[in-house]
Amino acid sequence: MTIAIDKLTSKDFASDQEVRWCPGCGDYSILKQVQTVLPDLGRPKEEFVFISGIGCSSRFPYYMDTFGMHSIHGRATAIATGLKATRPDLSVWVITGDGDSMSIGGNHFIHMLRRNPDLNVLLFNNQIYGLTKGQYSPTSEQGKITKSTPMGSVDYPFNPIALCLGADATFVARTMDRDPKHQQAVIKRGYEHKGTSLVEIYQNCNVFNDGAFEIFTEKGTKKQETLMMEHGKPLVFGENNDKGIKLDGFKPIIVNLSDVSANDLWIHDETDLVKATILSRFYDDPSVDGHFPRPFGVFYVNNNKATFDELFNNQINHAIESYGAGDLDKLIAGRETWVVN
Amino acid sequence: MSTTETTVQSVVIRFAGDSGDGMQLTGTQFTNATALHGNDLATFPDFPAEIRAPIGTLAGVSGYQIHFGSTRIHTPGDQSDVLVAMNVAALKANLKGLKTGGVIIANTDGFDAKNMRLANVPEDKNPLKDGSLAAYDVKEIDVTKITRAALADSGLGTKEIDRCKNMFVLGLLYWMYHRPIENTVAFIESKFKKNQAVADANIKVLKAGWAYGETTEMFAQRYNVAPAKMEPGVYRSIMGNQAAAYGLIAASVKSTLPLFYGTYPITPASDVLHELSKYKNFNIKTFQAEDEIAGICSAIGAAFGGHLAITGSSGPGIALKTEAIGLATMLELPLVVVNIQRAGPSTGLPTKTEQADLLQSYYGRNGECPVVIVAAQSPADCFHMAYEACRIALQHMIPVFFLSDGYIANGAEPWKFPNADSLEPINVAFAKERKASDDKFMPYLRDEKLSRPWAVPGTKGLEHRIGGLEKQNITGNISYDPDNHELMVKLRQEKVDLVANYIPEQTIDNGAESGDLLILGWGGTYGALKTATLDLIEQGYKVSHAHVRYLSPFPKNLGELMSKFKTVVVPELNNGQLVKIIRDKYFVDAIAYNKIQGQPFMASEVVEYIKTKC
Ligand SMILES: Cc1ncc(C[n+]2csc(CCOP(=O)(O)OP(=O)(O)O)c2C)c(N)n1
Ligand code: SF4
Ligand SMILES: [Mg+2]
Repeated sequence: MTIAIDKLTSKDFASDQEVRWCPGCGDYSILKQVQTVLPDLGRPKEEFVFISGIGCSSRFPYYMDTFGMHSIHGRATAIATGLKATRPDLSVWVITGDGDSMSIGGNHFIHMLRRNPDLNVLLFNNQIYGLTKGQYSPTSEQGKITKSTPMGSVDYPFNPIALCLGADATFVARTMDRDPKHQQAVIKRGYEHKGTSLVEIYQNCNVFNDGAFEIFTEKGTKKQETLMMEHGKPLVFGENNDKGIKLDGFKPIIVNLSDVSANDLWIHDETDLVKATILSRFYDDPSVDGHFPRPFGVFYVNNNKATFDELFNNQINHAIESYGAGDLDKLIAGRETWVVN
Repeated sequence: MSTTETTVQSVVIRFAGDSGDGMQLTGTQFTNATALHGNDLATFPDFPAEIRAPIGTLAGVSGYQIHFGSTRIHTPGDQSDVLVAMNVAALKANLKGLKTGGVIIANTDGFDAKNMRLANVPEDKNPLKDGSLAAYDVKEIDVTKITRAALADSGLGTKEIDRCKNMFVLGLLYWMYHRPIENTVAFIESKFKKNQAVADANIKVLKAGWAYGETTEMFAQRYNVAPAKMEPGVYRSIMGNQAAAYGLIAASVKSTLPLFYGTYPITPASDVLHELSKYKNFNIKTFQAEDEIAGICSAIGAAFGGHLAITGSSGPGIALKTEAIGLATMLELPLVVVNIQRAGPSTGLPTKTEQADLLQSYYGRNGECPVVIVAAQSPADCFHMAYEACRIALQHMIPVFFLSDGYIANGAEPWKFPNADSLEPINVAFAKERKASDDKFMPYLRDEKLSRPWAVPGTKGLEHRIGGLEKQNITGNISYDPDNHELMVKLRQEKVDLVANYIPEQTIDNGAESGDLLILGWGGTYGALKTATLDLIEQGYKVSHAHVRYLSPFPKNLGELMSKFKTVVVPELNNGQLVKIIRDKYFVDAIAYNKIQGQPFMASEVVEYIKTKC
């Protein structure tokens, strides 16, 4: 149900609650971009619902003047699935952190993705537990020194994009707090996708993990270290857009554009799961020689999978069409009754 | 051949065999036929947790007990008159529950050397041969052999043929007790409608069982059990979980809210899911989630969206839901939590019954997190109390526990079912749309029940945020204010307490309003306590029985009701839970009487115990 509402502005989506993130936190940018995008979606305000778990990031709904629920740690995905299943008319958003979605909520997270309800998920990845004051998270790099890991963390991190593709997500994208335009565009694409859209947002926690994504976001290194993917366009990066990615069979290689014609480069195809999977593995430590640039943008879109809420409600409608609306007296009486006089 | 006809008031039959022998189905069919015959009845299915426990072993014995009569029946019976033993393990496991002089129908094929070994019975101790059953009336029948002979030209394989054995026993008992076989024939036809050969085979063996009774000399007795004198009306037979599901559906229909059931399979709660999932045309939406946490959380999402939201589980699954119940309490959204209790902590005894989750329901959450608790007392009562749970949740915007247990969940009884029209209405009104010029919407503004408005997403002007953080009363904004927290903790308790104004007063089930001793029970022990009380009254004791169905809050008059008795005894299938709450709340020196064996009370043991307190 889309109604043209031209009067709404980003201010209409700001609640009267004081925003309480640390000054300089990447969360501010995400809040701003979402408040900027929403008025453009042509939907009445009351149809938006934001559901979050627990974490710094999960305070988000309090700052949105929409319907919202700040729930419990890791469970926003499950709550949103129940809401969307019963109220497919609403635009339901999930706000979650790297710990919220991939530690405590890991189970619901992958099951949401495989079911594919039409939800918009914004995963604030700061590679740290912000709210509990700085323990390592399941996306922290190995060897992370934190309060809980004074000698460095020993566990290996998740690769969130690869995890989502592995769980059969139908829309997987990555963006960053420091690039408002890119963020807005990706969030909008996610909204337009029918099915679960997963947008991983690199978010700087300037208090407990400052600079974690600096190399991708700062002017001096950004062009060299990031690969901005665009559907139908060759994969090009580098200070002067002088480098590209070429596929040798299934093996990606970095080439200099001076050596290779642009026609021979890998042309990004969002609908190709195999290629998306290869791109998701561009997850190297940027300090390692010969590493691949980190991709941003839409990795993968699958428009051919019916949504959970659709299938779920189709069955109800089908049952009503086939058997007629239920008759309570008949149900209670059942097939066999007897009379006592 | 001449048979004698004897009229008896009531009979207890226990079907026992290997879990693969189809004893549950046999019992259920016999129950339906008996209900249609007009007897009052109560049943007790008693089966192992394993789907196919090792064949022939004691661990694999599956039992189904039915007590039926021309009088009112409240329990499945303490001891059986007839024991069907499909193998030696079944006999060994159930013999002590058989009355002296009782009938044993033994399938001799199940007493061969192999079965003896599997049941750990020494070769020279075959009970059919060593004279140890002299005190009983033993009918030896080679059911396997007769079934195979009857189906020799059916074209079915031995395995399929042997699966019809239970129908022989059923047919024989139908003959012995004058039950109609037509319903079972219709049941078989419909169950195997895709496999006519199997349907025909089952029906043939069922009839062979009947004919066996009629033609052999072995059974010289047939029994008549006249229809019971019950309140006039239309009846059906109902099982507890089925009744619970119907109660939930009825609440959905009467409140005109679609029902959402979020859950994860677990014994013995799964049948509620199975039952509900059949009725999609009632706008019933069932969701098998990835775990119990997702089960309740999805339900909370549905409640926020304006559905009648329900989650259900047992033991360990309820433990997993704990945190989310706390959330629902803070959100002050309507939510029904169905707990079909089972025995023991952790995985415990999954298929056995117990009423040991009352304290968990009361106190089992962090912080102070009171909820409403109701409990069903019999299979049919599951309908009523599940309905009540929904009514209270919806009208008070509060989480409500509906407690049942494995015993009543799987037990069956005749039910004089209500008309949909006669059910108490459940009126629900969502908060109304607001204009920009209206005052700001206050999500935690309270009415006389202290309940807050249900403002569902999609309603213009009602945008608001809720969450698990403590909130300021009325505005719903996050608040760390010390006084506000104290106020909110007390408000949430008071909100539960106020429900007492909207539930019926406690009544005495049997006995006088005052006397020497009050038996105060709750939950699935109802039938046993009622039977025991009637027995004690008949013996001249000044004993009364009250059964509590509203446990939090209690009916307003409960304290006064108890004060009219010199002694209060609280029998429970746990280590003493209701008794703790009663003692705490009313300063009554109530006596705990406990049984913690995964088995229901026998009326006779209750009678013996109560006599020691009179
Ligand atoms: C059941 C439960 N366990 C632990 C916590 C404590 N806790 C709150 S937030 C959090 C981690 C948050 O990390 P993340 O999801 O990455 O969010 P961020 O704060 O970084 O945005 C933890 C461990 C909790 N609130 N609930
Ligand atoms: S702790 Fe980190 S993530 Fe949390 S608000 Fe502060 S800067 Fe942001
Ligand atoms: Mg984090």
